[in-house]
Amino acid sequence: MISLLRIQAIFTKELIQLKRDRMTFGMVIMIPLIQLMLFGFAINTNIRNIPVGVFDNSQSGLSRVLIQTVSATQVVEFTEQYHSISAAKKAIATSKVRAVLIIPKDVSQRLVRHSSVGLASPASTDQETSRPIAQWLVDGSDTMIAAAIKSLRSMPLAELLSKPTNRTTPTFEVALLYNPEQRTAVNIVPGLVGVILTMTMIMFTSAAIVRERERGNLEMLITTPIRSYELMLGKIIPYIFIGLVQVFIILGLGHLVFYVPINGSILQLAGATLLFIAASLVLGLVISTIATNQLQSMQMTVFILLPSILLSGFMFPYEGMPQAAQYIAEALPATHFMRLIRGVVLRDVEIIEMRFDVYWLLLFTLAGLIISSLRFKKNLD
Amino acid sequence: MTELAIVAEKVARNFGSLKAIQNLDLTVEKGCIYGFLGPNGCGKTTAIRLLTGLLRPNEGTIKVLGLPLPKAADQLRMKIGYMTQKFSLYDDLTVKENLQFLGKIYGLSTNQQKQRVSELLSTYGLDQKASQLAGCMSGGQRQRLALAGATIHKPELLFLDEPTSAVDPENRREFWEQLFDLCDQGTTILVSTHYMDEAERCHKLAILEAGIKRADGSPEQLMAQIPAEVVEVTSANLRQLKQQLLPLAEVISAAQLGARLRVLIKKTIANPIDYLSQQPMILPSDELTLVRPSLEDVFVTCTGDGRQ
Repeated sequence: MISLLRIQAIFTKELIQLKRDRMTFGMVIMIPLIQLMLFGFAINTNIRNIPVGVFDNSQSGLSRVLIQTVSATQVVEFTEQYHSISAAKKAIATSKVRAVLIIPKDVSQRLVRHSSVGLASPASTDQETSRPIAQWLVDGSDTMIAAAIKSLRSMPLAELLSKPTNRTTPTFEVALLYNPEQRTAVNIVPGLVGVILTMTMIMFTSAAIVRERERGNLEMLITTPIRSYELMLGKIIPYIFIGLVQVFIILGLGHLVFYVPINGSILQLAGATLLFIAASLVLGLVISTIATNQLQSMQMTVFILLPSILLSGFMFPYEGMPQAAQYIAEALPATHFMRLIRGVVLRDVEIIEMRFDVYWLLLFTLAGLIISSLRFKKNLD
Repeated sequence: MTELAIVAEKVARNFGSLKAIQNLDLTVEKGCIYGFLGPNGCGKTTAIRLLTGLLRPNEGTIKVLGLPLPKAADQLRMKIGYMTQKFSLYDDLTVKENLQFLGKIYGLSTNQQKQRVSELLSTYGLDQKASQLAGCMSGGQRQRLALAGATIHKPELLFLDEPTSAVDPENRREFWEQLFDLCDQGTTILVSTHYMDEAERCHKLAILEAGIKRADGSPEQLMAQIPAEVVEVTSANLRQLKQQLLPLAEVISAAQLGARLRVLIKKTIANPIDYLSQQPMILPSDELTLVRPSLEDVFVTCTGDGRQ
């Protein structure tokens, strides 16, 4: 028979201990606060003002106007001038600049003959129109930087010669739903909920039980009539509230500071969050039954945390990962929560419409509960 | 016939190749203080854990308060109290909070719990310390708190694992007074110790060594039945004398006590004083006196070989 009194005893004790442990109590609030501010501002995939250099062979008025036109896009910022290819390459190698624009001597001829400019009388030959105007030398090791510079490849140039823009019709029209301004914070903030909950929930629960073992309290507890599931439940419940407080902080501040829209209903949000908190807490419990001291439980938490950040879709799209990595990602509760929370917060879906993720989190929680109850024995054998 | 609190027959427990307990027979009568005396690592804690159902025996049967172990271990929990060797209450909870916590764990109603906590606080002199954190208390106070915690549900049987190993003699005396009070109220107490003076306070005791029970009985019985005579020698060079006496087959042990050497001689020798004075290393000027054996002598005669 389950005794509510015993669960309440553990619950009250946990709260008192948490209240006395100022540092941990502070961390509960400060971790989401600091990380939200840090990552909300810091993580940005719309890259701007990449420091670049220029190697201008033409030294003409036109080349200077070209440089200014490129700067006006704000994708790059010209910080250096070079006078040889080798100096330019060296600057890239030493990370002084990420790319160098090489303007050839005959830039004006190339420009007037360029098809986008269309100053063609007599008509340009095929050979002439296929000649680019200038060249970018890019540090291609960082794919995001490379992509940003690649986006400059076909920037319109007609206004250089005060010609009407040679209008091109795009092949596809792209309608950007949910985040038309393409602000990274809109995607990062809901994801941050998953990362922070993974970290705090797993760490707190795993440490909470291991700590009792380390301090010898467990030796006393197992001689009392308390049952293992009563102990586990009593330990978990306070952290459910903590998790909800953290979600409130992250999404509330994300809404106020980063204007992240909360499109879904609070009820759906609470549903998704509780599912994930339950799965994370149970994972923490499983860790606590394996780890014998707090250091081990920390190590195991980090072991779970890193893939939860890198594979869950928080930073890199799930679709871009190879099959094997996708399987690993599917096993992590964080992956399913990322989908659910982004769905609810940004796209106003009901979690039941994302059934697979809901069921998976439920299954994970159930399996974890069974494993930890089986592993946590009340005797010392 | 008096009722038995603990009956154990041929109990054995191994940890891998280590034989922690071998062939242990034990009967503990209700209402007495029973002691486990033995050196560190002799299996006292293992024995207590077996008797509380925390460990399963590899062989043998155990019945505690009429309940077979380890099958009925859960049922037994409400009837026993267990004070661990290391302080195992919460350091970051106050004295009162610790007791309230245990009260709830043992399912006391709010009223019972209030009454019991204030009772225990006054019994164990912790009134003034009620709102102090357990971690900030002295060893003696902590020990009293641990005892209060172990008795909050008025257990019939109390297990104490080396309860006074971190406590000064003054507090130890007081602690034992409290144990006798509990015993007087009908609680059976099983206490493990490596202090001779503590063992002597027990109604009955078992001497354990290397997982084997070497002797049991009341301290008086054990001292009376000792298969040795004790002679105290006063001499000039005791260190040297001890080394010279030890190789003799009839000498079980020799231990220096200040200016005297306490020599245990096998009972097979009819007159130990004559035997000793015939030895070449005993000078005519040395004083020899036959003395009453102490519990330490009992301990030394029945242990000594086969320590792990």
